[in-house]
Amino acid sequence: MDVLSTWIGKGVQGSLRLAGRTGGTLPGKVVESIDAGYLARRLATLPRGVTVVSGTNGKTTTTKMLAHVLGTRYRVLTNPTGSNFTRGAVSAVVDVARWNGRLDFDLAVLELDEAYAARFVAEHQPHRVVVLNVLRDQMDRFGEIDHTARLLGRAVAAATGEVVLNRDDPRVAALADLATVPVRWFGVDASLRSLFRSDDELHVDDVASVEPTRPADVELTAYSPDHSTYRIQTTSHDVELKAEGAHNAQNAAAVIAAALGEGLSADDIASALGDVPPAFGRGETLDVAGRQVVLQLAKNPGGFRLALMSQAPAPPDVSVVAINDDYADGRDVSWLWDVDFTGLAATKGPVMTAGTRAADMALRLRYDGVDVAEMVTDVPAALRRAVEEAPVGGRVVVYTTYTAMWRLHEMLRDRGGRRSR
Amino acid sequence: MSVHIVHLYASEMNIYGDNGNVAVLRRRLEWRGIDVAVSRLGVGDPVPSDTHLLVGGGGQDAGQAVITDDLASKGPDLRAAADAGVPMLLICGMYQMAGHYFAPFDAPRLAGVGLLDLHTEAGPTRLIGNIAVDSDLGPLVGYENHSGLTYLGADARPLGTTAVGQGNNGTDGTEGARRDNVIGTYLHGPVLAKAPSMADHLLSEALAAAGMSRDLEPLDDSLAEQAARVARSRPR
Repeated sequence: MDVLSTWIGKGVQGSLRLAGRTGGTLPGKVVESIDAGYLARRLATLPRGVTVVSGTNGKTTTTKMLAHVLGTRYRVLTNPTGSNFTRGAVSAVVDVARWNGRLDFDLAVLELDEAYAARFVAEHQPHRVVVLNVLRDQMDRFGEIDHTARLLGRAVAAATGEVVLNRDDPRVAALADLATVPVRWFGVDASLRSLFRSDDELHVDDVASVEPTRPADVELTAYSPDHSTYRIQTTSHDVELKAEGAHNAQNAAAVIAAALGEGLSADDIASALGDVPPAFGRGETLDVAGRQVVLQLAKNPGGFRLALMSQAPAPPDVSVVAINDDYADGRDVSWLWDVDFTGLAATKGPVMTAGTRAADMALRLRYDGVDVAEMVTDVPAALRRAVEEAPVGGRVVVYTTYTAMWRLHEMLRDRGGRRSR
Repeated sequence: MSVHIVHLYASEMNIYGDNGNVAVLRRRLEWRGIDVAVSRLGVGDPVPSDTHLLVGGGGQDAGQAVITDDLASKGPDLRAAADAGVPMLLICGMYQMAGHYFAPFDAPRLAGVGLLDLHTEAGPTRLIGNIAVDSDLGPLVGYENHSGLTYLGADARPLGTTAVGQGNNGTDGTEGARRDNVIGTYLHGPVLAKAPSMADHLLSEALAAAGMSRDLEPLDDSLAEQAARVARSRPR
């Protein structure tokens, strides 16, 4: 059956490529529908098993970093950026399997969203489960964040080797009670706690006084935009991450914890982390017509807050906030009012809004005392305007929801924008 | 003289941008040069006697259970304030708790505070999506996300009728409830951001409660109107 399913999946993939389309998730969808157990049986052959990465924010970056770091020692199978449903994982397996269905890999690192992680573990018990955070996001899909935490609890309970949990997020830390295997903790130093807030702390003025509840195996001890310091068990290590943003520094702590579990040394992990290029739109900097364009995915209050605080090293010449409300973004834009935008008033250049909810965003900024220079519904057009407004050698920062980022991705691919760091 | 806005259960019941209603009310006073003070009213805190406007938001089901006992202890003061004409805006979870009771699907009934003549029963599915409402206070747009179905009694009148969406219970076409100056609604958004006339109605009543002139200079709300038009055109 595995040989047959692999052939069918590869057949679908080949036809799509002949038709000039990328593989996408269709091969996985087809194989899933004819052979529901395919993924579980194939993954069961991996000698070091599967690591599932889940949580509200940072799944894509964390998966990419972890796959890269583990790739310095092992053959790593991973799912492509952002395809965090099980059919994306099936497609990835079909793509890399030999024609006889064999997987020439040591282990897999799979990004799964909260609902699919719960479904996935019913089919395949992963070796390791990494949970980053539980924050308010997509409540039109999940209903409540307490429900999201329960879904993640099912994944944690299924882990057969270890779980890696965020000590500082109470909803994540509580999941430790459900684990039947050892817990490896990551966290941030108490002095950085106000930067990395749990959902319950979004509206608290001062969280600096919150003392950690338990020791962590890995701790982010110092953060500046171009430099992160980690305590890894007992030693201190400096890392220059290529992905901008404090949230990526926090995600890297989870990566370090998981990589320790695979037997890598602290020195090797720290050095490999410095080589990971950012995932698209997660703190990535591109060169567009001689201007630096930084893309920051900002799809919920926690992520937006950290993205806004990640400004560095120079303040932007133009800022763009692009808010779409398509299904993949979440139809509801109420969450924009859970973000404090007052800091944008102090940026030196103009602020523009873009996307289907450009007017909503401009209204939001008005109430935070931020003047909006322009509203442009079409997202690529907005970026073109922003680039014109910025001087050559200048810097444009774009905060963007998912689908707005896809539009920018297409546009920048077409005009040949390239990575500048 | 300043207007005192009280944010009820700002920590326990504050989800989905509902604190934005407080920000809108505060700014609309500041823009007009009227002094305003905002305080957060948490579990165990007494209701201030100089409350001129009270705002409460939605919460998780768990948050609703946490505040039930405390709400009962605040009940007499809140009902006295409502009877005296103090304006109140209660969203989603607090709207439900402003009624006689909320009956969850698989948990004991939670007693409400009886500010509004209504009750709420858990329904089989969540009512989720963009919503547009026609009301006496102008057109309202927002987002609803609730499993409770709310039914009004004789002493409450609907805030409006649903043009898009499900509203109180998905069957009778009503949304929200009013009595005196108390308004309850399922609309997140936050609702006041794109409904400046409703915001100013509440502020006018708050000024009266504070013993100040009701006069409110007009503001340029073209951006709010534009955002509301877009919101109304979006898929549910």
